[in-house]
Amino acid sequence: METLMAYVIGTMFGSAVYMLLRRSIVKLVIGLMILSNAANLLIFTVAGLVRGAPPLITEGLLEPATAITDPLPQALVLTAIVISFGVLSFSVVLIHRAYEVVGTDDLDKMKDTDT
Amino acid sequence: MPEKRSSLVQVNTVILHTAALLLLPLQILFSVFLLLRGHDEPGGGFIAGLVATGAVALYLFAHGVESTRRILRFEPQEFLGLGLLFGLASALIGPLVGEPFFTAQWYTLYLGGNTEVKLSTVLLFDVGVYFTVLGALLMVVISLTEAED
Amino acid sequence: MLTAVLSGFALAILAPWLTGLFKDRIGWLLALLPLGLTAYFISHVPAVSNGQVVLQSWDWLPGLGINLSFMLDGLSLLFALLISFIGTFILIYAGSYLRGHRYLGRFYAIILCFMASMLGVVLSDNLISLFVFWELTSITSYLLIGFDHEKNNARKYALQGLLVTFAGGLALMAGLIMLAMAGGGYQFSEILASDNDLLTSSFTVGMILCILLGAFTKSAQFPFHFWLPNAMAAPTPVSAYLHSATMVKAGVYLMARLNPALGEHPLWTTLLCSVGAFTMVLGAYRAYSATGIKKVLAYSTVMALGTLTMLIGIGTDHAMVAFASFLLAHSLYKGALFMVAGILDHSTGTKDLTLMGGLRRAMPLTVIAASVAGLSLAGLPPLFGFVAKEALFEAVLGAPWQGAALLVAAVGSSALLIAVAGSVAVKPFWGAPGDTPRVPHEAPLGMWLGPMVLAFTSLLFGLALYVPDTLLMGAAVTSVHGAPVDFHLSLWHGVNWPLILSFGSLIVGAILYALWRSSRAPLARVNERLSRFGPEAGYFCLMKGLVWVSEWQTRVLQNGLVRSYMIVLIMTTVLLTGYTLLSQHGLYITLEISDITFYEAGIALLMVASVGFVILTRSRLGAVATLGVLGFSVALIFILFSAPDLGITQILVETLTVILLVLVLFKLPGYSHYSKGYQVWRDSTVAVLFGLLVTLLMLSAFDVRYFESISSYFIQASYPEAHGRNIVNVILVDFRAMDTLGEIFVLSIAALGVFSMLKLRAEVPHDA
Repeated sequence: METLMAYVIGTMFGSAVYMLLRRSIVKLVIGLMILSNAANLLIFTVAGLVRGAPPLITEGLLEPATAITDPLPQALVLTAIVISFGVLSFSVVLIHRAYEVVGTDDLDKMKDTDT
Repeated sequence: MPEKRSSLVQVNTVILHTAALLLLPLQILFSVFLLLRGHDEPGGGFIAGLVATGAVALYLFAHGVESTRRILRFEPQEFLGLGLLFGLASALIGPLVGEPFFTAQWYTLYLGGNTEVKLSTVLLFDVGVYFTVLGALLMVVISLTEAED
Repeated sequence: MLTAVLSGFALAILAPWLTGLFKDRIGWLLALLPLGLTAYFISHVPAVSNGQVVLQSWDWLPGLGINLSFMLDGLSLLFALLISFIGTFILIYAGSYLRGHRYLGRFYAIILCFMASMLGVVLSDNLISLFVFWELTSITSYLLIGFDHEKNNARKYALQGLLVTFAGGLALMAGLIMLAMAGGGYQFSEILASDNDLLTSSFTVGMILCILLGAFTKSAQFPFHFWLPNAMAAPTPVSAYLHSATMVKAGVYLMARLNPALGEHPLWTTLLCSVGAFTMVLGAYRAYSATGIKKVLAYSTVMALGTLTMLIGIGTDHAMVAFASFLLAHSLYKGALFMVAGILDHSTGTKDLTLMGGLRRAMPLTVIAASVAGLSLAGLPPLFGFVAKEALFEAVLGAPWQGAALLVAAVGSSALLIAVAGSVAVKPFWGAPGDTPRVPHEAPLGMWLGPMVLAFTSLLFGLALYVPDTLLMGAAVTSVHGAPVDFHLSLWHGVNWPLILSFGSLIVGAILYALWRSSRAPLARVNERLSRFGPEAGYFCLMKGLVWVSEWQTRVLQNGLVRSYMIVLIMTTVLLTGYTLLSQHGLYITLEISDITFYEAGIALLMVASVGFVILTRSRLGAVATLGVLGFSVALIFILFSAPDLGITQILVETLTVILLVLVLFKLPGYSHYSKGYQVWRDSTVAVLFGLLVTLLMLSAFDVRYFESISSYFIQASYPEAHGRNIVNVILVDFRAMDTLGEIFVLSIAALGVFSMLKLRAEVPHDA
């Protein structure tokens, strides 16, 4: 499954980059969203995908009875998901403000109004 | 998508209205449950904070900003500050008892019978995360909704 | 010795406060420190002149082999004595010269820092601490040249001096590191004593070039000499101290210090002799042709520095003796003459020599100091300058490399220098009264004391040759030469070649002095023409070019287009990472399909299809809805592959994202299509390349494990130590709680950003 996910994630990264390079500011936001999902998946996948072995310890045991999946990338990704939402909301609001002030959604035109 | 769509705050049906009112305490209760069991089962401060935010957001859409602020009693940024304060406090308890920064401290309270409550700096920290997530996200959602008006 | 060096810095901190306290007497008070240091160094004279070397060391960064270690041998002692002895009088002098100046306290702070750094340079035994002190002298020199920071020239030339010496300093650092690698340590005492053959190392040529670049820039050798005369924008005490007696000799010091190790190398000899001799002639000529008294003295300093460099390059016994005596003589008379120049400037209101004349009646004390120092500069008996000049001729006569050319250069420069001595020590005081802007008057005690003492030290040394000979120079010559040299200085050698040359140069010099006035105009014309092609013109061209290049690259790189920044970043990543991947790991393409269930394949397909749709669709609503599909597919992946916490979080965040987008994104205009056809192709290429890189990296990364994951510890310790059965949560709130704390702060900052952007909007009206 990891190898298949490598292709899926590659596609997501490529699409994200393509959207980030558009001139429309809305597409930039969409590229950002794909990018954060792709990055989270990347970290999750590279550590190895294991079915049905969540990193939990059954009650009454000191250690997991069977092999479990790696908990560390999950901890990394969990905060990353929440933070990427924070960053997304920040950038969306920022872009919205920029749009209001500058009056265009064309990134190429935004470069001239900063003076 | 029509550009002149009326604001979400005015989505105001009787069913939603009532449902949001009833669901809010249930969801908050659920979020507290997720928070407390988070150390042993899926859950924890982040998830619980998100659930609580979702609950308040639902209420917000049904009843509007004014009403939401009323039932919250505190500003979202106060939740945020409280959460960060809890997070820092849990880190500083270690040094107070002469152990390194962030060393976890555990205290067990026995409440008669077989009931025992495990209190710990770790739980305090998770509560801090809960309030921070709740405060931060509510700040975003409420400010946006206000900006809408 | 640590105390000796650091006391200057300590006093520098107190200096501004003390200046406020003692006002006009401050110079005398502060001079007690260098006076004490002089006494301290004199106390070492007997031991050092017997051949002892005092070594002291304090650990600073022992892990990096950097110590604050100090070495006091003959060479260091000679320099240290000059620095503290001359420093004493400079501090007194400055108190009068800058009396009542607004920034007197600041001046003393910097000059004390300078003095301490300079002592650090000459006493350091460690290459790195030498370098640190070396750069500190450059910085303090910058601050002192630009002391009158309200003057444009002061700022400009301060920067020039700084850039030139710093450029050399960078080269020097490289050179010193190579020296340490070739010499097997960072201590001078080790490098000089070791059997490591520095001359045959593969670094040798680079090392010599780099070190000499540093030394040449610092000691104003051609073609870097131009900054020194410009540094005369500094207050005169600074010129006297830094730019003649001490700092500019740091380069000379370094060359002398390394001479025993590198002196045998042909490149060393050739460069030092040729550059030194050329600088000597150039300096003497420019000193003769200048008219501002400080310029004259500055160029004659350039000449002296060239002479010293050349003498190190010659490298014979005689050359070493000449080096030490010339160094000593020059520091004494040049310090004195600069202070005289300051007095003249102060009391006549001009620096122009052509305007001065007949001042001897108004300034009887200054004229004595000036005459004695001038005689030493001209190299007349019985002054110590005469001894130095004799030694110089003797050294050049015995030069193994291009002896004839060096001889002509040395004699010519000496003749010019005699004329120069006349112009600064005779011309202003004798003859018809000049036309000066102010009515001349005698200087106060604080000002004439310094030049008087220094000038009479020259006289004393000339008369009692035993003092410099045995006590000061013997050990210094030994350190520069690397082996003891048997010599005795004397005023009278009998009639020999040096005496004849000396006499000859005196006659030529007298003729040149007679021509001094009439030669002003033609020389000025020649100099103006030469300066168009000189190295200083090159410096200004370089500066202009630098500004031009930075403007150009800002225009190109900082063009304000987000897209071009991103393309540059992404393509750099793709090319560098891709190249490394392919060259180190090779292409590795595989697809395991045996272990994939049909619903997993379905989710994967759904994800690919949804991103494809997001790109291709023209509907914004469609794109956002499809993004939701993507987000929930990601959540499914998390849940299927044993990450319940992640799955829940992802679903909740997806829900909130929809709210966010509904609240904000739909207030923006719809999907706009701005890009032209070729842009789409270019961006597609970049995107495909980046996606491909990520895929290849992942495929390669699956079987690479550089080290054992820390996770096994987390799994084992989770319940026994942290009392938690949800390991992910335990990591978040216990094992890595510090990270989580940082993350919730990030989240808070993002929320505060959103909040403030929206609240500002409510308060500040704007016309959108």
